[in-house]
Amino acid sequence: MTFARNLRCRECGRLYPLDPVHVCEFCFGPLEVFYDYRALARTLTRARIERGPPTMWRYADLLPCEAETAVDIGTGMTPLLRAANLGRLLGLNRLYIKNDCQNPTWSFKDRVVSVASSVARQFEFDTLACASTGNLANSVAAHAARAGMKAIVFIPADLEQGKIVGSAVYGPTLVAVDGSYDQVNRLCSELSDKYPWAFVNINVRPYYAEGSKTLAYEVCEQLGWQAPDHCIVPMASGSLFTKIYKGIKELAWLGLVDWRATRMSGAQAEGCCPIVEAWQRQSFDVRPQKPNTIAKSLAIGNPADGYYALKTLAHTSGEGVAVSDDEIVEGIRLLAETEGIFAETAGGVVVAALKRLAQQGRIGGDELVVAFITGAGLKTQEAVAQRLQPPLAIQPTMASFEEALSERMGALPASRRG
Amino acid sequence: MAKQRVKFTFPTELIKEPVIWKLGREFDLVTNVRRADVTEDRGWVVLELEGDIGEIERGVRWVQGQGVRVDPVPGDIVEG
Repeated sequence: MTFARNLRCRECGRLYPLDPVHVCEFCFGPLEVFYDYRALARTLTRARIERGPPTMWRYADLLPCEAETAVDIGTGMTPLLRAANLGRLLGLNRLYIKNDCQNPTWSFKDRVVSVASSVARQFEFDTLACASTGNLANSVAAHAARAGMKAIVFIPADLEQGKIVGSAVYGPTLVAVDGSYDQVNRLCSELSDKYPWAFVNINVRPYYAEGSKTLAYEVCEQLGWQAPDHCIVPMASGSLFTKIYKGIKELAWLGLVDWRATRMSGAQAEGCCPIVEAWQRQSFDVRPQKPNTIAKSLAIGNPADGYYALKTLAHTSGEGVAVSDDEIVEGIRLLAETEGIFAETAGGVVVAALKRLAQQGRIGGDELVVAFITGAGLKTQEAVAQRLQPPLAIQPTMASFEEALSERMGALPASRRG
Repeated sequence: MAKQRVKFTFPTELIKEPVIWKLGREFDLVTNVRRADVTEDRGWVVLELEGDIGEIERGVRWVQGQGVRVDPVPGDIVEG
């Protein structure tokens, strides 16, 4: 059952009923779902969660809709892997990777869209909508298909064909907008006012954002019901970052984990780092930027939750890190070559930030660290394709093979015949 | 009549300019400020514009032309 009781303004604290609204009518501040934590504390136990389904919906009590009516394509309970090889390289003895590449559309967006589409169906919307260059579009199209809803997905007119397929296959109405990034933003804002659609990150955003908390719940449960010492999280709008922290706090309030004062560190690309830039100035004033980075999934120049992400960074003594495109590519390769996980560019940002923090001694070697890898690398192959070793080209003869291999490796490996 | 919620972000050189007052005078628009944060070198204002939709668009273009950044209230909507 859900224990969600109200929406509450994050600025002025006014309460609203659980309706498809996202902005406070008084101060235009963002709304957030508020739960009856006393009732939750009386009901929710580790055993109750462990009896639930092997998906994110085992945490339905902590989400704003019922598990029985959820639009579920099998999202969540993704692996938490002990990253011994990468940890050894970075001098981190207790490093874990939360591999959210393994969701149904290969990114963490399935968590937020699963909640948004479930709520949208409860509110009797018949259409899901979003504007996206990749992961969000894929997930909205897939969930709409599962829910029997229509989907309208706005994409930039110059989006690569390969990225269109991952959405088009689910049968949405794809709208290619020929305009600047800012123009598309304004158009979508106006469309959400005009049409009766569930625009997942606009009018149902308070619910949508709650889906990210399940990453924190899973990590704590997979660690044997303990919170990490330190989380390294990619930041785009800043919502994921703040909601992971909210999830950890909720479990501690409810007595399901011990409070460990988890540090929250956020990673961005140098080519779009409005949150880290403000953190470096020691300011809560986020200055919008024009994105220019290969990490397209993090390229949000005017982040909706930037201010709240900065508050979380400050409150938890976390670190803000911005890394270059070269470091991102190196990060993708490092994770792949040490742990066998092929992440998209946002994962490269996280690994590069982790590396920098470890090298600078800003993470302790014995801290229990979780790095959040939020999307799969097959979606952004172009970022690394040119930097990988080409295959050895040989003729179908032993001599040709051995010549090519010894050129590449310097010497031939020992043969079985000695 | 249409309503639009927008966020104006002012650069340092426009902090002292009465841009919102001028917007209400030059265009047939009602401006209704809901939240703001203005310091000596930077400022933002969240407000509602009410008027004919064409007049709102013309007014927003004029504000942008003055050097003010105009964004939807929820921040960037296009996500990766």
